[in-house]
Amino acid sequence: MSEELPPPRIVLVGNPNVGKSVLFNVLTGSYTTVSNYPGTSVEISKGRCRIDGRNYEVLDTPGMYSLMPITDEERVARQILLQGQPDVLLHVVDARNIERMLPMTLQMIEAGLPLILVVNILDEAERIGMKFDLPRLQQNLGIPVVGTVIKRRQGLEELHQAIAAYQGPTTAVGPYASDLEADIERLSGLLTADYSLGTRSTAILMMQKDVEVEELVRAEEGEGFAQIAPVLHAIKFARRADLNLQISLERKRLTREMLTGVLQQDENERPMFAEHLSRWAMNPISGVPLLLLVLYFGLYQFVGNFGAGTLVDFLEGSLFGKYINPAVVGFFNDLTDIYWLRELLVGEYGLWTLGFRYAIALILPIVGTFFLVFSVLEDTGYFPRLAMLVDRLFKKIGLSGRAVIPMVLGFGCDTMATMVTRTLESRRERVIATILLALAIPCSAQLGVILGLLSTVPGALSVWLLSILGIFLFIGYLSAKVMPGENPVFYMEIPPMRLPQLRNVLVKTLTRMQSYFLEILPLFLIASVILWAGKMSGVLDLVVKAFTPVVTSIGLPSEATAAFIFGFFRRDFGAAGLYDLQTAGLLSPVQLTVAAVTLTLFVPCIAQFMMMKKERGLKVAAAIFVFVSVQAFATGWALNQLLLVTGVLS
Amino acid sequence: MEKLSPHAEEILESLWIATVEEKAVGCLLSDLDLGPEDEALNELVRRAFVEKRGDRLYLRKEGRPEAEMTVRRHRLAERLMMDILDIQGEKGNDQACEFEHLLHEGVDTKICTLLNHPTTCPHGKPIPSGTCCEEARKKGEVGVVPLTELKAGQKGEIAYLSIGDGLKMQKLMSMGVLPGNRLELVQRFPSYVFKVGNSQFAVDDVLAREIHIRNEG
Repeated sequence: MSEELPPPRIVLVGNPNVGKSVLFNVLTGSYTTVSNYPGTSVEISKGRCRIDGRNYEVLDTPGMYSLMPITDEERVARQILLQGQPDVLLHVVDARNIERMLPMTLQMIEAGLPLILVVNILDEAERIGMKFDLPRLQQNLGIPVVGTVIKRRQGLEELHQAIAAYQGPTTAVGPYASDLEADIERLSGLLTADYSLGTRSTAILMMQKDVEVEELVRAEEGEGFAQIAPVLHAIKFARRADLNLQISLERKRLTREMLTGVLQQDENERPMFAEHLSRWAMNPISGVPLLLLVLYFGLYQFVGNFGAGTLVDFLEGSLFGKYINPAVVGFFNDLTDIYWLRELLVGEYGLWTLGFRYAIALILPIVGTFFLVFSVLEDTGYFPRLAMLVDRLFKKIGLSGRAVIPMVLGFGCDTMATMVTRTLESRRERVIATILLALAIPCSAQLGVILGLLSTVPGALSVWLLSILGIFLFIGYLSAKVMPGENPVFYMEIPPMRLPQLRNVLVKTLTRMQSYFLEILPLFLIASVILWAGKMSGVLDLVVKAFTPVVTSIGLPSEATAAFIFGFFRRDFGAAGLYDLQTAGLLSPVQLTVAAVTLTLFVPCIAQFMMMKKERGLKVAAAIFVFVSVQAFATGWALNQLLLVTGVLS
Repeated sequence: MEKLSPHAEEILESLWIATVEEKAVGCLLSDLDLGPEDEALNELVRRAFVEKRGDRLYLRKEGRPEAEMTVRRHRLAERLMMDILDIQGEKGNDQACEFEHLLHEGVDTKICTLLNHPTTCPHGKPIPSGTCCEEARKKGEVGVVPLTELKAGQKGEIAYLSIGDGLKMQKLMSMGVLPGNRLELVQRFPSYVFKVGNSQFAVDDVLAREIHIRNEG
């Protein structure tokens, strides 16, 4: 009978960057993305674990700073606390910042949540001279406290024991200053329903103008709310100036009390190498060269030369070109004589030739190397520093420094990057970021082919780079002017610089590649089938014909049309199409450059469009689609005229 | 000495800005929209604050202190309107223009002290210092300044946050940016980076202006 009951549920909560995701993975044995960047773990991870012969369900929540949610992610996290009915709540804190994180612990104790405090990253805290008396903290708080270094699995055994032995919440917080307590009492005394946060917390949150909680109370109390409202309004008005501040200060005072005798700090602070590196990364004078180095070695050399060059040459040129392809094509040709089936499988746009081969031999090495670089950078904590470095510039295009993450990710895969724009705070910022990703950020697959293509013509690369950069800034600037709403405000925690751990980096890269493939490969195959059907039925020819005048109007040969049509199915198909034209000697330097610029700007691939629709809604996605297409060809046309008139590149 | 009329004060102000800040040699009457027989102008000439030579108006040595104080009052009024009363933009400017003429007989000193002897107006122009500022400096009063006034490496205690947006304020507070906590400014450009406890944060100048620090040098 007891087996029918759902397993007890463990929920992890805490600030970003405290090792929650690592703990999740250590507990459940499976891996999700571990992030150094505040707010990347938007999605909730679920897993199972077995402790002391008992099964548990484990939930990871997005990082939150307090029980009062501000961002969507925090809202999600609180939702889980409110409605997820956790049996054990693990509050993970960073030992180095325990003073700043304990107030949330107090908040949750106050709410009567079943809490265990996990003081993580003890090793780094000790390295900077902090000494803890955790048993004493446990005594002060009245809840179980476990010290850990989760990435080294230290303290895991103790944590297991604490979970297995957990009895439920027993303790209370407080009291606050007497006037505050009186108000809390006055309000909570009026609450009659059963609240998952308890009446005290519910009352405090209402006083703090938490709209969601107020709505909840309104719904729960029904008619009784008529008595509550005037009291609530009177308190809110009387404390309009400084309620949040007062509560924060009260919690700070209690935190200090809890920490008396717990924490000792040695004062011999010495800046470590990581600290120096951190300053270099943030100082514009050294930070910009550092960024250029990162771009040159990370993107150009590793992804461009090694991934898109060496690896692709090996896979595409040797492995597939010499051995696998002839064998597979021969095998299918022997297998069947039916023309359309052969075409579907191994023809020009066949499932094998276009679908699998492209995905594995061309895209996999490029995207894989990119994700590897991205994961390394992410784990060092470089991105928040980059964000603060570019914030001023990004403000000019209506974004905050925060948006640098989706932008950088866009160079890997625009589809993924579009998804990540949801971590931006305002709708305005999300839309601008989506437009810029769709328009001016080429993904790694496209970038690889275009760089290879343009490097054969001297000067073409510079023209392309300037055009794309110009459009990026110009359209960003215009969007910021046109879109209603205020410029975003920038604030971000700068986590310490860390040496990335090989295992974490590899697992993250693999997870990303896996999800990329699960999402992209089907689209590749669908694209092949659509193109095949189009070719077989003659529709493709019609579309290409209809589209030809547009392409020729920007000075390109009509053969280039196909590249643009394919570009929509995969951005890199388009670029690869150009590659074929170039090898056939059909493009002049000017035409090549114009085509590359137009194609880079042109409509995102079908996968990105689907993601835009999912994240921004059909209307916005369609509007961006139309705008980007028009903008791409207008730019192509203008660039063509400009290059012809000035005689550059010809 | 009798108080100058508001219009006369405005002429002095424009003339001071042109002569002292923009290093122009006097000012054309037409640039100030003045006719040759303007009442306020005559008042200034009578007091020997300015000198009129043909179409050009010059600020005399005798008029300098008065002119400087007029500019000071105007810019203090701007600070008051925009920082404390939160009247922004064109409206703030207009109100400041009216208000400055009331800042006489020690009111300017009071306002200056209330604003903690600001050195620049909201548009970034310097505010000429008054005697109250000099005295405060001599006494070594630390005062409370926005984070933007700190130099990199300076430390202080967070005095208060003046953020209008409650959510932003809460976010900062939950990150440990709380009155009473010690803060060290690490870097000013391109964003403000500061340390509270063992954590570092980056904020833009908009937020940095709202974090007020009891400066300890």
